[in-house]
Amino acid sequence: MNPQRAAWLFLAPALLVLGVFFLLPVIAALVLSLTDYDLYALANIHNLRFVALQNYWALLQRPLFWSALGHTVYFVAVGVPLSMGASLGAALLLNSPLAKCKPFFRTALFAPVVTTVVATAVIWRYLFNTKYGWMNYALNALGIHPVDWLGDPHWAMPTIILFAVWKNFGYNMIIFLAGLQAIPLDLYEAARIDGASSWRQFRHITWPMLGPTLLMVGILTVSGYFQLFAEPYVMTEGGPLQSTTSVLYLMYDEGFKWWNLGSASAVAFLLFIIMFAVTVLMLKLSRRGEHPDGAPA
Amino acid sequence: MNPAAAVHMRRRPVRGMLMACLLTCLTLLGGCTSSSSDDNALTFWTVGREGEAILKLLPAFERAHPDIHVKVQQLPLSAAHQKLLTAFAGGSTPDLSQLGNTWLPEMVALNALEPLQPRVDHSAVIKQGDYFASIWATNVIDGALYGVPWYVDTRLLFYRTDLLKQAGFDAPPRNWAEWRRMLATLSNPQRHTWGILLPTNEYEQLMSLALQQDEPLLRDGGRYGNFESAGFKRALEFYVDTFKLHQAPAITNVEAGNPWSEFGHGVYAFYLSGPWNIGEFRSRLPAAQQDDWSTAPLPGPTTAGIGSAGGSSLVIFRSSRHKEAAWTLIEYLSQPDVQQRFYDLLGDMPPRRSSWAGGALRDDPKARAFREQLENARPTPAVPEWERIATEMQLVAAQAIAGQLTIDQAAVEIDHRVDRILEKRRWVLDHPQAASGSAR
Repeated sequence: MNPQRAAWLFLAPALLVLGVFFLLPVIAALVLSLTDYDLYALANIHNLRFVALQNYWALLQRPLFWSALGHTVYFVAVGVPLSMGASLGAALLLNSPLAKCKPFFRTALFAPVVTTVVATAVIWRYLFNTKYGWMNYALNALGIHPVDWLGDPHWAMPTIILFAVWKNFGYNMIIFLAGLQAIPLDLYEAARIDGASSWRQFRHITWPMLGPTLLMVGILTVSGYFQLFAEPYVMTEGGPLQSTTSVLYLMYDEGFKWWNLGSASAVAFLLFIIMFAVTVLMLKLSRRGEHPDGAPA
Repeated sequence: MNPAAAVHMRRRPVRGMLMACLLTCLTLLGGCTSSSSDDNALTFWTVGREGEAILKLLPAFERAHPDIHVKVQQLPLSAAHQKLLTAFAGGSTPDLSQLGNTWLPEMVALNALEPLQPRVDHSAVIKQGDYFASIWATNVIDGALYGVPWYVDTRLLFYRTDLLKQAGFDAPPRNWAEWRRMLATLSNPQRHTWGILLPTNEYEQLMSLALQQDEPLLRDGGRYGNFESAGFKRALEFYVDTFKLHQAPAITNVEAGNPWSEFGHGVYAFYLSGPWNIGEFRSRLPAAQQDDWSTAPLPGPTTAGIGSAGGSSLVIFRSSRHKEAAWTLIEYLSQPDVQQRFYDLLGDMPPRRSSWAGGALRDDPKARAFREQLENARPTPAVPEWERIATEMQLVAAQAIAGQLTIDQAAVEIDHRVDRILEKRRWVLDHPQAASGSAR
């Protein structure tokens, strides 16, 4: 048996699993997105109509799709930098030689990641209750007018962002911590001997050395945050006035609540295209960042 | 590791394998016996709280019918709809199920339900004339009966008798004008008290007001929305004005948190809700306050007592192999004394007049308004898309409450969205040969 054939043979089980459980459903979903598969089609397959790109066209004309996309982009644009900033900050604090009780803080900061969204959402809903919540109680003590956190369309998304950042930052913190610990200490030692301030050490040693980690965490966080669903689902049910309805939430409503699987698949593919484009853009930008002198990439 | 232990270890796999074989055989045998007994079991899906109560009613049924074993599966309300559709797609529907009467047209469109009229005709227990007519009507689609009403739901007013008295009102409102006057007197936004709580993400309240109107909500046999009718606009205007006049807070039920204790504290004088809240208020409000609240039929434009006909029915699936046994269980659950016990356990109101004639319901002053309103309840349009239509109606209404749309604009927008939702239905109705037997 020639080696190439042997290689294919070894790969076969993995390819088979990938094909059956990933490729096939993706193709099926793509076909589905070109039809108007719904309750009537489920009843009788003769009620299925091939509609070509009409699902996509109808979506692009639907104000709710655009507002859902707007909410999702808002969530990503504000949430990702905040989340990564919090993760990096916490990792730097934990990595500092001055920090005490590191295992305790590491566990405490990681705890929100492993708790269930539903359980924490219940607590947060109480914390942010307009009348009885501690948040408004604290604001009141500072003399600030209470805020209708989850009921005001302008405040609901910031509250969701805050919740998501708090819930997720621990995960990236662990990755950053590993990245920080991989930076050789002699670099800092040399910098200190040269009289570099701690800000300059961060700017010229920590930041560039963390570059690959930052890129990876950035891409993972962006693609994770684009798939916003659980937080609004348990905190606001997409409201008030659909101000926290994300693209994925729209897909859930279309597909699983109203059983319009055709148009739900179209939403999924549109979201996939958007996420793909954003990831490619991020990779391109980071590559350009590697050549600050303007050398051709 | 010492050699003796190694020998022991080496011998163990053989024994282990024998054990494993034996165990496998046993489980296979066990599997056979249990699956054969499962084949005879009647699977019954319940939705929400009813599952708990049904477990207490079943022992008596199984004593009377030793040959029938009932397996109850409790579905949470949030997942039930999806599970029913998935079960239909996968061909694993239960023998019988509880089904909300807004979901019934959907299941009928799927051709999933067994017609029940022939069984009712021969039944000694289930008498159509004893049931509230509009509730029975929600189970009849295109002239065929697909479910037997199990419990009923209509939305009406819970109100604080003491607060109304203090404000100089001796009786609850009978029409919108009276209601508006009371709401105005009882609301004081500065002191954070409101006339009524109407969560802006629940459609039942506006729908109840809309059903009081003479015009139907859909026209041309459920082909188009009829939300630009004068009647619906009147209902929408009354609803939206309640917020504009600061007689109801513009909050969702997520923020309303605990409406029962707020009702008790006098934050709201009225609360528009359903029968299960009789039990909630009895258990959540202190004993001293139990005389300070009551229920009243829903005020209409001119008279009170017209509301929506909601609730759940019992249905048998076409694919069931135990239809006789399923029907026996439906008959048992439809007996007036069983329905009275069901009410005692859960507070779910029976759909039969004779069930109301005895037990705790007969003399319960808080249930009287429901009894009155059930005679005049009106069914929602029997189209599979109804729940989605009602949801869209409420989303647009919430925009009108927020001041983003006028009443006229909102009515046009609702019709626009509803017509789009009904597009497939129109196509199916106009192509009967493509959808033989499934289009409704």
